[in-house]
Amino acid sequence: MSVTSRQVVIIGSGPAGLTAAIYAARADLKPLVIEGEPSSTSDQPGGQLMLTTEVENFPGFPEGVTGPQLMADMRAQAARFGAELVSRRVSRVDLSERPFKVWIGDPEAPTPTHLAESLIVSTGAQSVMLGLEAEQRLIGHGLSTCATCDGFFFRDQEIAVVGGGDSAIEEATFLTKFASRVTIIHRRDELRASKIMQQRAFDNPKIDFAWNSTVDDILGESVVTGLRLRDTVTNELRELPVTGVFVAIGHKPNSGLFAGQLDMDDNGYLVTGPDRSTTNVDGVFACGDVQDHTYRQAITAASSGCMAAIDTERWLEDLH
Amino acid sequence: MAGAITNLTDSTFDEEIGSASGPVLVDFWAEWCGPCKMIAPILEEIADEQAGSLGVAKVNVDDSPGLAQRFGVMSIPTLILFDSGEPAKRLVGAKGKPQLLEELADFI
Repeated sequence: MSVTSRQVVIIGSGPAGLTAAIYAARADLKPLVIEGEPSSTSDQPGGQLMLTTEVENFPGFPEGVTGPQLMADMRAQAARFGAELVSRRVSRVDLSERPFKVWIGDPEAPTPTHLAESLIVSTGAQSVMLGLEAEQRLIGHGLSTCATCDGFFFRDQEIAVVGGGDSAIEEATFLTKFASRVTIIHRRDELRASKIMQQRAFDNPKIDFAWNSTVDDILGESVVTGLRLRDTVTNELRELPVTGVFVAIGHKPNSGLFAGQLDMDDNGYLVTGPDRSTTNVDGVFACGDVQDHTYRQAITAASSGCMAAIDTERWLEDLH
Repeated sequence: MAGAITNLTDSTFDEEIGSASGPVLVDFWAEWCGPCKMIAPILEEIADEQAGSLGVAKVNVDDSPGLAQRFGVMSIPTLILFDSGEPAKRLVGAKGKPQLLEELADFI
């Protein structure tokens, strides 16, 4: 089977990947976007916004827009200009020579699925779990990675959200539509979330806070019955009876596919720039949360996707 | 039912599942669930491709909360495979098509 070489392949389909696709398609580069496969974590087509509700800070939407709707619109916009989108997951890349090799499915297959003159990496980030043994047993049985999917099942119940950033506060606020009480468990004595989100949580009578607390264990054999919390100051343990737990303690970049091939920092973020989307491999560009540990917003991901597409277009022009 | 996906409700579930001639994959979903929408086209493809060997049905948990409760569904999408009227396999969370087919391999 012969594989034809694409001018540009984009891996990932959040705001960064789809913005890159819109720009690359309009530059007539006929991009192929390998979107990823559905999952109930944020590592999926459309990216982290697929698991959110209202997006209130994306310019151009004075009344807000839902995350899934925004991503559906970006996808349609990319498709309109001729980007080709496939809902599969990349299993392996070989960046040692050009054209770059990209595999979907069996990573050991002798022939790569696609060849690419240039590559845009926009694989994003996914939620970090607590790393407790109980998580495997209780996921889907009271432990959830998706508040918008599962909040419905906790009507009039007492639940907990772990974390102190914007996504934790957003989830907690959303979950008060269903739950009778939501306890935010945070390891410090103040939140990292933006002031407007904090105020919303403080003003909500259904939200409680467990400050200076970490989750020592999730309790329950077949369904969640509670949490064992550790006080980070006194080291004391206590139990919090809840029937649901939502974890929003942060994200890690989806960069494992590029280990040993692209430079990354100690936390796995791809190293780009300075002020460019270039990586250490000539012809490979990176954008969005996989290379951004500072801003991590939909709008900054989109803008870096635009940079990557323009950098790619110029690089291809210089090549030919 | 050549590839058609049946919508099951509290009142039709037992009869439809009880009278099915082969295994039926039931998708518990809702309109407001992003991952549920993502797997919907995959389930349509599977329903088409496996017509005759595997039935595919949907339960909207907003319309039929009783069924969600009865089968302990606390997270969607949840897919439950019913064989001879009994739950035989449960898959929680959205998955890609290759992974879904692999999980269902014993039944198709």
